[in-house]
Amino acid sequence: MKAIVNIYLKEGVLDPQGKAVKHALESLGFKDVEEVRVGKQIILTLKDGLSQEEARKEVEEMCEKLLANTVIEDYSIEIVQ
Amino acid sequence: MKVAIIRFPGTNCEFDTQYAFERIGAKTNIVWHKKNELPSDVDLVVLPGGFSYGDYLRSGAIARFSPIMQAVSEYAKKGGYVLGICNGFQILLESHLLPGAMKRNENLHFISKFQYIKVVSNDNKFLSQLNPGEVLNIPIAHAEGNYFIAPDKLKAMYDNEQVLLQYCDANGEYDNPNGSVDAIAGICNETKNVFGLMPHPERACEQILGSEDGIKMIKGFMY
Repeated sequence: MKAIVNIYLKEGVLDPQGKAVKHALESLGFKDVEEVRVGKQIILTLKDGLSQEEARKEVEEMCEKLLANTVIEDYSIEIVQ
Repeated sequence: MKVAIIRFPGTNCEFDTQYAFERIGAKTNIVWHKKNELPSDVDLVVLPGGFSYGDYLRSGAIARFSPIMQAVSEYAKKGGYVLGICNGFQILLESHLLPGAMKRNENLHFISKFQYIKVVSNDNKFLSQLNPGEVLNIPIAHAEGNYFIAPDKLKAMYDNEQVLLQYCDANGEYDNPNGSVDAIAGICNETKNVFGLMPHPERACEQILGSEDGIKMIKGFMY
């Protein structure tokens, strides 16, 4: 089982990397981009035997404790078999 | 004064910090992060600058879970004085011993240069020997120094005089090298015993280095 964690800056927190990427895209001629948010993805391979729910709960705890800084970041978790 | 300087894997300012504190007459001890306790009778714990754990995940995010941080946290909760410089500041934020968080610098560059900062509040031990509005010239060297805190919490920090230092120009006018909220360069906690700043006072501790202003800052802990 794998858990895919996406972490990105909260709405309303200015994303300096996203802003720079947006400028770069504009200078390449891509005019249709309204906003860019740059995040990171963490892929966890979990041991067998966990239920989807147990896995989600544990990964959530990992996010709260370490993987995300909830002062400025939001996260989403996807559990894949 | 007895100062414990914590060394994590990737810390690189421990000797400069030691040198600066010894210049003002402090006794220092470099403490490895694997230790479970601080040396006895410590008057100040310093988390120095560097790149603990290679800044992996987020600056300070992993160092926060080093064994010694449990002791530092307990020491702080009992009212002990803790100072975090640069990466040390980031570790204190990640540990929730200080409020807020750091983002990448607005221009995404690693900024390494002398920077003017001014004292906002001296109603605390660290800056007690300086005057509000006083301008200091202290090097900065960081890629993640873009301080963020939610507006409502920021207001509470001003009300409680927890905003200690702001970036500025030579005349004390607004300047913001990294995009920090209100150009904030240094803060303290609610009980004013935990301090964090991005500038490096230890790199401005004698004239041959270009400035002695760092000594004026750290001296506060001697009084």
